[in-house]
Amino acid sequence: MANNNIGPKRLVVGAGYGLRDWLAQRATAILMALYTVVILVLFLTGTSFTYDAWVGVFSMQWFKLLTFAVIVALLYHAWVGVRDIWMDYVTHSVVLRLILQVATIVWLVACAGYAAQILWRV
Amino acid sequence: MSDVLKNKRRFGVMRLVDATGYRLPLAGVVSILHRISGILMFALLPFILYLLDRSLQSDVSFAMLHIFAAQPIVKLILLVLVWSYLHHFCAGIRHLFMDFHFGLDKNSARQSAVTVLVISLGLTSLVGLKLFGVF
Repeated sequence: MANNNIGPKRLVVGAGYGLRDWLAQRATAILMALYTVVILVLFLTGTSFTYDAWVGVFSMQWFKLLTFAVIVALLYHAWVGVRDIWMDYVTHSVVLRLILQVATIVWLVACAGYAAQILWRV
Repeated sequence: MSDVLKNKRRFGVMRLVDATGYRLPLAGVVSILHRISGILMFALLPFILYLLDRSLQSDVSFAMLHIFAAQPIVKLILLVLVWSYLHHFCAGIRHLFMDFHFGLDKNSARQSAVTVLVISLGLTSLVGLKLFGVF
């Protein structure tokens, strides 16, 4: 048991949600990356940045839904990433880490709510 | 010398301050910048949404945003955010390739780290120039 508990022989413990979150972080990253490429190309090749054109883009329902899906992906992605940071650096106090993790969730959910309000007011 | 090392030795996980004692290779620099840019965007997320809010609210708030964004300090913050986003994007794609076991050896990892820095800084300048109306 001493040094041979690595690789496929490792002792599996815990709730087993590590892989799910790891995978979700990658899946959400791919969705956001695709959205980014489209936005980046539109921005760099765009010529007239008027208010009417800008609102026109955001008034389309499919664009609102796509943008909102990207924001929900961002929420999950950032949750995994920021939680990793707290787990790596806040090791001296479990209470402080829990407070930071709860604050992270509140912060992200509130931001997603704000984003929904912005999108569907247009 | 060995006394100094002995005094510094401690048990438990690495602390954040311990990280400053390392001279990071380029891949390590890209990695820590990935983390810094991530936490930066997380912290400024409400500000980014606020800018989107102002840009869509009305034609008046859209025009006000132009004036707001013309201030040098706001320009600087915007540029830092643009860099954060693009660095996180490029370094993230490098991570995804590594997840599929591409470029894991020392030389390719260094090569891809350089590529990430060059492309992210290049894209940042491009977006920055466009943002501030140079082209």
